[in-house]
Amino acid sequence: MSFDPVISITSTTLVLPASNIDTDQIIPARFLTVTGKEGLGKLAFYDWRYEKDGSDTDHILNTNAAKACQILVAGHNFGCGSSREHAPWALYDYGFRVVISSEIADIFHANSLKNGLLPIVIEKSAHQWLLDHPSENVHIDLERQKVRLPKNGGTYSFKIDPFSKHCLTHGMDEMDYLQDQIKAISAYETNL
Amino acid sequence: MSKSLFDKVWEKHVVLAEDESHPATLYIDLHLIHEVTSPQAFAVLKERGFNVKCPEKTLATIDHSTPTIMDENGEPLYVNAQAKKQVNLLLENTKTHNITTHGWDSEHRGIVHVMGPELGATRPGMTIVCGDSHTSTHGAFGALAFGIGTTQVGHVLATQCILMRKPKSMLIHVQGGLAKDVSAKDVILAIIARIGVGGGTGHVLEYKGECFTAMSMDERMTVCNMSIEAGARAGMIAPDQTTFNYLEGREYTPKDEAFQTACKAWAALKSDEDCAYDKTVILQAADIGPMVTYGTHPGMAMPIDAIVPQAVDVAEENALSYMEVEAGTEILGRKIDVVFIGSCTNSRLCDLRSAASYFKGKQVAAHVRAIIVAGSEPIKKQAEAEGLHDIFTAAGAQWREPGCSMCIGMNGDIGKPGELIVSTSNRNFAGRQGPNVRTILASPATAAASAISGVLTDPRSIKLGAYNEL
Repeated sequence: MSFDPVISITSTTLVLPASNIDTDQIIPARFLTVTGKEGLGKLAFYDWRYEKDGSDTDHILNTNAAKACQILVAGHNFGCGSSREHAPWALYDYGFRVVISSEIADIFHANSLKNGLLPIVIEKSAHQWLLDHPSENVHIDLERQKVRLPKNGGTYSFKIDPFSKHCLTHGMDEMDYLQDQIKAISAYETNL
Repeated sequence: MSKSLFDKVWEKHVVLAEDESHPATLYIDLHLIHEVTSPQAFAVLKERGFNVKCPEKTLATIDHSTPTIMDENGEPLYVNAQAKKQVNLLLENTKTHNITTHGWDSEHRGIVHVMGPELGATRPGMTIVCGDSHTSTHGAFGALAFGIGTTQVGHVLATQCILMRKPKSMLIHVQGGLAKDVSAKDVILAIIARIGVGGGTGHVLEYKGECFTAMSMDERMTVCNMSIEAGARAGMIAPDQTTFNYLEGREYTPKDEAFQTACKAWAALKSDEDCAYDKTVILQAADIGPMVTYGTHPGMAMPIDAIVPQAVDVAEENALSYMEVEAGTEILGRKIDVVFIGSCTNSRLCDLRSAASYFKGKQVAAHVRAIIVAGSEPIKKQAEAEGLHDIFTAAGAQWREPGCSMCIGMNGDIGKPGELIVSTSNRNFAGRQGPNVRTILASPATAAASAISGVLTDPRSIKLGAYNEL
């Protein structure tokens, strides 16, 4: 999937405060029979957003305001469970470009970085501020690795693997990077 | 410097070491693939003109979207056309790229994490990946095995490598021996309850202690399988004679002298006595009894005879409400609707034998549907040779074709809204087994005992003769 490089974003936040939101909530397994990646945004959080007959619930994710949010703030340990990359595909297609939590599950974290969805693990006090102040305009600066909260909420640093940062900001593809090492890989194989 | 089992396996597979500017390039010995997480990866290969670098190190099966029931002509009854298309696309892609595939016509077809070990394709010291989080299962053999996303499935297909920074290590030391009637499933649920559903994030677990050395390979696989439910991508157990005995004579296992040589190398795959771990957690085996979950993630687990604890946050309050469980009450004795025995966690022979001992000569309660799904064709065949299927069907349980089935419900094997399922699978997330379906995770013994009594039942009470009183 091609994605827009994340460099800096200013957006209102959508807050899903529950801890341990698993990838089965982000996109239920029954939708995983797809063989492509496109158009999964309408299936994001399906069981939260739709009634049994397919009509919309009154969940915040169905509001127009939510659909304009590029930053998702989620409770602790977001993205746990299944390794399905359909989860970041669905969140990106819904419109999110950044996910912020106090902890993000490993596989979801890795998958997000490969799909233009910036996962930010932030310290607890900033996380709590974000949970307590939904729909505020928050500024993310990937280059300086800063999250700036409005209303004197402060500015916080976040960590990101320098390699992932380079890939995100320069649109570099990991496949190309690995292909460049194919000689070294073959040399490794001859020593097996 | 002293090294852990994980350090040893990791270091042996580093093609390019990590530094500040880039992660390590890690070589992968075995890439398992299935129909759900591979189509988009094959599409990238096609788009960019790459071949599969090592088809001989890639092994495919169909398991998630495959039905467990057949029509009158023996043809699979797919849940919908898309599921069938997905399965057929896997078969096409693997044919195009010369990848060995255990499809409908193979006598080895099964859940990917059951099939790999059964074929001897999973061996100590290997790096193993699959687009499936339960790849941690293979760590039972002292392999470093973990789930990856579809983008990385593409990387491995094209380069046999992935990019990754070395995770931290965590030792899970369970001291002492287990009580009778306590299973591997109970042990891993107790571990997850202790460290939490995110407690292993960023770590590779190593399980150590008499409790694990005394386990069969089937049981060790159950433990390692659920490492991911504590947030750890991988869990490992050092290989020993039990491991070597399991592997001897299997299709991909080295033969004769090569096997003896391999065993010697495998025997060295253990953590040095004084090696350091980033974290250590100690549990006493004697404290572990039959475990069940009462909430909507595997960390919300407790002894089957315990009282449901108070919710610690809103998410847990919502979980209790979803489960219709009240803090301060027992969950034991709660009426159930469905029992599912299967999944990559608990669908192996020892699981089926354990379940059969409870079903034998009994009837599934009239209001309960019991569904039993072997993990693979060889397990199904062996179970039938032992007459286990007769015990199940005579009791009124359904005996289905191998696959992931009701663990993930992609093939249409799901519960009805509001139903309560006692399941031997690995995830009790809301909606995991169907919209508004509720799941209690448990061992095969607990699931089978509950199927008979129709309520959540402590398997120890059956052995104590309390069965007739229920």
